[in-house]
Amino acid sequence: MSLKRTLLLSSALCVSGGAGFAISEEVGIGPDIPGMCSFEAIGAKDYSGRSLNIITHAIPVIGEPTALHADHFQRLTGANVNVVHVPFGDLFQRIMIPFQTGQAAYDVLFYGSLWVGDFHSYLAEIPAEFQENPEMQAVTATYRDVATWGDRMLQFTMDGDRHYLKYRLDIFENEEIQARFREEMGRDLTIPATWEEYNEVAIFFSGWDWDGSGETNYGSAEVVARDDLMFSAFISRAAPYAKHPDVTGGFFFDLESMEPLINTPGWVRGLERFIEARAAFPPGGTNFGLGDEIFSFGGGQTLMSYSWDDAFIQAMQEDSPIRNQVGAAMLPGATEVWNRMTGEWDTFDEPNRAAYITWGWTSAVAEASQNKDMAFDYLCFFANGANTNHDLQVGRFGVNPYREAHFDASFWSENMGWEDATAQSYVETLAAIDGHHNRVFDLRVPGVGQFMSSLAAGVSEAMAGQRSAQEALDSVADEWRQIVERIGADRVRDAYANVVALEDAR
Amino acid sequence: MYRQKYVFLLPGLLVLVAIIIFPLLFTVRVSFSSWDVFNPGLDYIGGRNYARMWADTRYWEALGRLSVLAGATVLIQYVLGFALALLVWGDVRAKRFFRVLFLIPMMTTPVIMSVIWRTIFHESLGPLNGFLRAAGLSAQPWLSDATLAFVSVMIVEIWQWTPFMFLLLLAGLMSLPREPYLAAQIDGAGPVRTFFQVTFPMMAAISVGAILIRLIEASKIMETVYVMTSGGPGTATETSSYYIYIRGLRDFQLGYSASLSLTYLIIMIISLTIIAKVMIRLLVKDRT
Repeated sequence: MSLKRTLLLSSALCVSGGAGFAISEEVGIGPDIPGMCSFEAIGAKDYSGRSLNIITHAIPVIGEPTALHADHFQRLTGANVNVVHVPFGDLFQRIMIPFQTGQAAYDVLFYGSLWVGDFHSYLAEIPAEFQENPEMQAVTATYRDVATWGDRMLQFTMDGDRHYLKYRLDIFENEEIQARFREEMGRDLTIPATWEEYNEVAIFFSGWDWDGSGETNYGSAEVVARDDLMFSAFISRAAPYAKHPDVTGGFFFDLESMEPLINTPGWVRGLERFIEARAAFPPGGTNFGLGDEIFSFGGGQTLMSYSWDDAFIQAMQEDSPIRNQVGAAMLPGATEVWNRMTGEWDTFDEPNRAAYITWGWTSAVAEASQNKDMAFDYLCFFANGANTNHDLQVGRFGVNPYREAHFDASFWSENMGWEDATAQSYVETLAAIDGHHNRVFDLRVPGVGQFMSSLAAGVSEAMAGQRSAQEALDSVADEWRQIVERIGADRVRDAYANVVALEDAR
Repeated sequence: MYRQKYVFLLPGLLVLVAIIIFPLLFTVRVSFSSWDVFNPGLDYIGGRNYARMWADTRYWEALGRLSVLAGATVLIQYVLGFALALLVWGDVRAKRFFRVLFLIPMMTTPVIMSVIWRTIFHESLGPLNGFLRAAGLSAQPWLSDATLAFVSVMIVEIWQWTPFMFLLLLAGLMSLPREPYLAAQIDGAGPVRTFFQVTFPMMAAISVGAILIRLIEASKIMETVYVMTSGGPGTATETSSYYIYIRGLRDFQLGYSASLSLTYLIIMIISLTIIAKVMIRLLVKDRT
């Protein structure tokens, strides 16, 4: 029986009160999970004759699951669902222009959650019934925070993201390599607890064939390409030096004065360590974007990397040469942390870590949409239990854990064949980040694109040797002051206060 | 009298206004506004965008970089294009095949070719470094070293657009009269002297046209930079178009990017006019 016929027949059965709704399994999603947005529940709705317009990222990341679930939603409800796929670089303006010109071009939007500072006034609040849905209630507090603007939930959580360290477990546990490291470096080989250790280990493992593949290996793959999300990598590197666990009131800015902190010593040291790490990059590594980083680590070229889940998931794909040979850990920390209140470096016996809850994919419904009911049903369907369980298992979909149940190691070992130790390392890392007391969020304020574009340009100039770390960040701070002046300090402060409230809440 | 004739001009004028004048005037208007991601709409802020642009060193550096890139690549394209045109203009075997072969790069899509070239230049997987290693030379950081990245962008530009030069110059060569060559032959001029005394002067007007067209096109370089280097490393390959794109469509600073665009347009008009006049004065002897 064709998919369409199956769906139509099942829909008809459902509409007429039929039971035994096995449709989700027949379309390859897996068993339907009862709930307000299950296949069965959505199949009972009739949106015939109505159109739903969705804008999303290009295929495959988020774009592919958007289209897949749109197709099922269309067949279940009779709605006409149009999905527009846009490359990441164009996504912001393709959403923003209709907003600014008052057009209801799209009902449903998929985008980077850090843009909420720009989009919030154009988004519809998530209706109470969806917020109270048990599947939404199961979203961890961190990702509910991400979805919230002030006291309003404007974003429909369908992804959870964070930066963490990935490393080659088999190499770190190799006794021969451990002995070689001990002999040359005078200490035991350990998972890096600080960025200094990270650089040291990465440089040691660069330029020789440590995995016996016949190819030269390297120490670190990092996202360094200026316009390819490098700002997030830099925040990961700078955070432990600049995010003092006992200092509240702002990480990017001093909330009170709105003076940029981006050129303070903590940030500068993070950049200096970032620059030093170039010695451990593979050839071309100073031009790596996210895709390069994923394939460099996932393909076995490099010992370590850090960013979103993708590189880990890539490494754990069934066809990966390093499947079940990788480990996860929180981002390295720093034993010296800049205290901007005292103007001095504070020393920590146990490295200070900062959990960077980096931006990830999110979704929302446009306030101007004439189809809010259908739009929220679609998003709820997208994120229902069956679809989410399915999407989490497909690395290229870009959907990562965000519900309490996703932090259960057995989910990964049973569904995806991960070894218990790997699955345990993965979920423990994610859970540790989720519950961490020293959290860093993105700069979710109006004009975040301008702030991050300026930051990426400055960091990139320093990485390319065009300026020193201090000079580069001084120029970024100057530009940030100008941006704040243009937007209005009060306006930025009001928005930034939401971010600081999240960071200072624990 | 005969006022009706203006009615017949109206459709053309309307089209002109719609597709050229209105967007240009609208851009001028936007450039005096603060239209931004956080401030949509056409307010009036005077010349603040232009004052900001004056202090924007990244913009002026990008413009300087563009000048070098456009000037150098067009000059090399001209020399290579002329050489290839001369090659297939003469009596060579399979010249039709070579004419088509030389045009292939120009017929490819710039974005696709930039992706292919980025792969070729890829430092660990790309074939170029493979060839270098096979030849006993060291691999080069083609896209991660500032100078080499700039050279790499130049190579792609030259590869892609030399055929355009070749096409125009070959058409010019084929339209040249035979009599001056017969006279030069009778006077005993060799091939080098014939080229500099006969061919080059007669081709001067076409050369100026071809160079100007290519300069206009080269100054808008965008796809190659976007795909190959995204303006990096640092800002080493950032050109004006790419910088304006970042400010306008990435940062969503529409008012500011409009002022950058207009300034860029004015600079281009002035500089290309000067270049054209200088080239005509230097190269084209018969300016009647």
